[in-house]
Amino acid sequence: MEDLRKKYLDLIGAASDEGALESLRVQAVGKKGEISLKMRELGKMSPEERQTAGPSLNALKDEINTALAAKKAALGDAALNERLQAEWLDVTLPGRTRRAGTIHPISQVTEEVTAIFADMGFAVAEGPQIDSDWYNFDALNIPGHHPARAEMDTFYMHRAEGDARPPHVLRTHTSPVQIRSMEKQGAPIRVIAPGRVYRADYDQTHTPMFNQIEGLAIDRDISMANLKWVLEEFFSAFFEVDGIKTRFRASHFPFTEPSAEVDIQCSWVDGQLRIGEGDDWMEVLGSGMVHPKVLQAAGVDPSQWQGFAFGMGIDRIAMLKYGIPDLRAFFDSDLRWLRHYGFASLDVPTLHGGLSR
Amino acid sequence: MKFTLSWLKDHLDTTASVDEITDALTDLGLEVEGVENPAERLSAFTIGKVLRAEKHPDADKLRVCTVQTDTGESQIICGAPNAREGITVVVAKPGTYVPGIDTTIQVGKIRGIESHGMMCSEREMELSEEHDGIIELPSGKIGQRFTDWLAQNDPAKVDPVIEIAITPNRPDALGVHGIARDLAARGLGTLKPLKAESVPGTYPCPVAVTIEDDAKDGCHVFAGRLLRGVKNGPSPKWLQDRLRAIGLRPISALVDVTNFFTYDRNRPLHVFDADKVAGRLRIHRAHEGATLTGLDEKEYAFHGGEVVISDDNGIESIAGIMGGLATGCTEETVNVFLEAAVWDHVQIAHAGRGLKINSDARYRNERGIDPAYNRQAVEDAAAMILSLCGGEASEVTVAGVAPHTDRAYRLDPARVVSLVGMDIPEAEQRATLEALGFRLEGDMAHVPSWRPDVMGEADLVEEVARIASLTKLEGKPMPRARAGVPKPILSPMQRREQAARRTSAALGYNECVTYSFIDAEAAALFGGGDDATMLANPISSEMSHMRPDLLPGLLRAAARNQARGFMDLALFEVGQAFFGGEPGEQRLQVAGLLVGRTGPKDVHGGSRPVDLFDAKADAEAVLAAIGAPAKMQVLREGPEWWHPGRHGRFCLGPKKVLGVFGELHPKVLRALDVKGPAVAFTLFPEEVPLPRKSGSTRAALTLADLQPVERDFAFVVDADVQALDVVNAAAGADKALIESVRIFDEFIGGSVGEGKKSLAVTVRMQPVEKTLTEKDIEAVAAKIVEKVGKATGGTLRG
Repeated sequence: MEDLRKKYLDLIGAASDEGALESLRVQAVGKKGEISLKMRELGKMSPEERQTAGPSLNALKDEINTALAAKKAALGDAALNERLQAEWLDVTLPGRTRRAGTIHPISQVTEEVTAIFADMGFAVAEGPQIDSDWYNFDALNIPGHHPARAEMDTFYMHRAEGDARPPHVLRTHTSPVQIRSMEKQGAPIRVIAPGRVYRADYDQTHTPMFNQIEGLAIDRDISMANLKWVLEEFFSAFFEVDGIKTRFRASHFPFTEPSAEVDIQCSWVDGQLRIGEGDDWMEVLGSGMVHPKVLQAAGVDPSQWQGFAFGMGIDRIAMLKYGIPDLRAFFDSDLRWLRHYGFASLDVPTLHGGLSR
Repeated sequence: MKFTLSWLKDHLDTTASVDEITDALTDLGLEVEGVENPAERLSAFTIGKVLRAEKHPDADKLRVCTVQTDTGESQIICGAPNAREGITVVVAKPGTYVPGIDTTIQVGKIRGIESHGMMCSEREMELSEEHDGIIELPSGKIGQRFTDWLAQNDPAKVDPVIEIAITPNRPDALGVHGIARDLAARGLGTLKPLKAESVPGTYPCPVAVTIEDDAKDGCHVFAGRLLRGVKNGPSPKWLQDRLRAIGLRPISALVDVTNFFTYDRNRPLHVFDADKVAGRLRIHRAHEGATLTGLDEKEYAFHGGEVVISDDNGIESIAGIMGGLATGCTEETVNVFLEAAVWDHVQIAHAGRGLKINSDARYRNERGIDPAYNRQAVEDAAAMILSLCGGEASEVTVAGVAPHTDRAYRLDPARVVSLVGMDIPEAEQRATLEALGFRLEGDMAHVPSWRPDVMGEADLVEEVARIASLTKLEGKPMPRARAGVPKPILSPMQRREQAARRTSAALGYNECVTYSFIDAEAAALFGGGDDATMLANPISSEMSHMRPDLLPGLLRAAARNQARGFMDLALFEVGQAFFGGEPGEQRLQVAGLLVGRTGPKDVHGGSRPVDLFDAKADAEAVLAAIGAPAKMQVLREGPEWWHPGRHGRFCLGPKKVLGVFGELHPKVLRALDVKGPAVAFTLFPEEVPLPRKSGSTRAALTLADLQPVERDFAFVVDADVQALDVVNAAAGADKALIESVRIFDEFIGGSVGEGKKSLAVTVRMQPVEKTLTEKDIEAVAAKIVEKVGKATGGTLRG
């Protein structure tokens, strides 16, 4: 019996394919196989002989079957391995292409600014880009003869013959949205108003269209000191640098009084601008306390309400934050520029996740 | 506005440095735009003396000089003809930068002989154009700084020039005296009192002046007098130096005096050559078509209504804007009529704009000069002219009266503190206003005549805050209007805009921001370009009309990129398009443009030309992101810039169009230089209905336990039958059972026959109550075939 065992285990071990293994199975444990035949002989044995030969034959049969199954699995693995080896692909070939879209810096920065001011309780207001000269000028305390009108390089809309109204303008600033928002909502109010504005100017640093963001906060006792705090908080959050200092310089805008131009702290190191450090100052926006006449024009009683307004260039702060050199390229749609300075679709700026990567 | 430090010191007694002054000016709202300080630039130059000068052995025109300087004797080679023994010279030692030749002096050899420096001419130091030889000083100690010598002997040459920007509200700061007043109020010195001259007239003024009725509201007051027997000629050096320093060309004593008063006191004056004036002077309004040749030798035609000054010969001067050439003063002028008038500043602005004259007089008069400084100005200017040119003054003739400017506003010290947020004591507030010329009576502040901008209490606040310095302002927290977690602030439409933008980018489009104005041709291709959306004053013909649609801008952008070699593009923009010229005649659009292929050629063979189904899929994805319903009709008959057979409109009913997608018309592409294929979509987010918000709870999810069944059908239909009609008909066969119907194949021609096509659909049935038997399925299938046949004439493909 031991001879039988050794013979078949050796043969199974040496079998090279599934066919050989099958013939071995038939030969050993098939109906007429050697072991099966031996088991048939059990009947002819004495009960005593049977008692020892029976279990050992059964055990032998199990062992052979197990060895066959193991060998079969091993042969299967080997065959699979062989096939997989032959299925080699050049994995350095490129994957299927997928276009990667981008968000324009103006949109991204507008969302960043919105996220910051939303946290301070400012809503987002909007207004028309073609506006009447009343909203763009008169209501903002810029009467017809005011030199500021001429200095703004205003675009005027064509007036049909016989239409005696003063021509509409392409808004020269986002400030008319102040008036429209206060007319709609009254006081107290906190809004920002981002959007396109237009001035007839085109050179190295000016484009006839650019983007501004207006801020307006009116309440019972809002002061210029609040304005300074709001702007410093904003700049620190926006530029992601703690404790950015601002400098207020007296200035003049017809729609605010007192008025201030605001500089932020910066330094130039090896021609690189660094915001929030150093001893230099860079002008970034105009601001002030809303002029009583402006409140009045918008139907808000200046003896009851006061507050601040500011306006800054979105494109300009985008250039400062992201180191974009040329304003004109913002509007040129050069694919290389869009890809280089653009943002991924899922890079949504939030205060909890961070404004920029 | 430019002025020199010494000019400022005529009005301000101060020991402040140039830096202190410029810092204060900027802080006061008189923003310094530039400072030119020659002393700084020339600080390294020192005085030396030529001890010996010998001819260079190898050059006829060169001399080898031994020069005594503060560091000993130096050998300097010099080519100047006047380089000779004994003269006192200005030396640039090695290492000194010489601005006029833009060179830093080095020790070098000239024709084999070492030279240790340079002796300079005025031009080399940019002091003047003088370059005939090196400077020979009449005095000066060896080693003394040349700028110190200049400060003592020729101070104009080292006088710092400061340029400031003046905001329109501050005409008073257009005169040096006004600037000095601000600095004094800030505490940077003491304002020197003005000297009021008095020149009694010795004879009646022979030139009569009248203001006609129609011009009485344009000319408040006109004062003038004759100065006879003057001798015009070059003005004295100090005056010429001053004018040159601030960039003005000295002309003659008479003209220079007027320029001096313009800058010193912001008091524009005019001088007529009285011998060229015929008869009396009349101030009246010009008739349309009248002309005048101005002092700038250009001819101006009046629109009618401008205030002018005429004599018997006609118009001689445009009031407050520009004098006429014919009566202008020349070197030969002996009798001069001096004019100081106060014009209505609004009318000056209108007239100046209408005539397109940007003169210095207009600039000042339209901002508003000090109307109280009029009669006295005639005295002061006459005194100066007489002292420079001699002559004899007539009595002063005056027409009109100086306008009343006295007004007062209440100073509320608490309001100052409340508005500015700075604690400025009341006494300081009052002192500030007084230093600026306000007169305080109790709590009423009377405004000085030179401050036309101060028109209310808020203006007093501004003055106080400005002088106190906003730099000192400390930020103060502004709490949220409501404590706690901030509420969302975006409107549904603002969120929609953001979702459309982010989805488009996620679909692989690059966002563009193109100009809102485009050329007339491109606008016309997209239904715009009419007069209502035209700019009256475009900066170029490429930017003449407000865009009627976003696509022309994107197509132009695509053409530019193709010209740079980028042929496959996916561009989008979110923005306003304009359908009229009135405020609000704008609508939000989202436009996407695909040009070229879906991607670069690749080993997987996945690259193919873009087609309208790419645009359709992307448009649907964006619409889904902004909340459009899943079921929309797709109708044809969109605008003419689309390929007539290859576009569709997403509609909710025939009037409600949510967007358009398709292939662009080949003529449009050709006109805009875009190489096709080009497909696009334009969406109108404002048209998508707002959801009826009923809380954030979703409808309960019901999951069927039973196996769904799918069956495929192929219908043969006429080639012009739309797939959506087949789908809708099939879906209508059993609305409860049929979950979806999906087209999976379209086959045209071949065995299905001419003018026919085969459309294959998969119908998915979801039983709810019991498993479907083969019989149930057959029944539904028969219904589907019947419905499709009825709706489209389609038959099952055999």
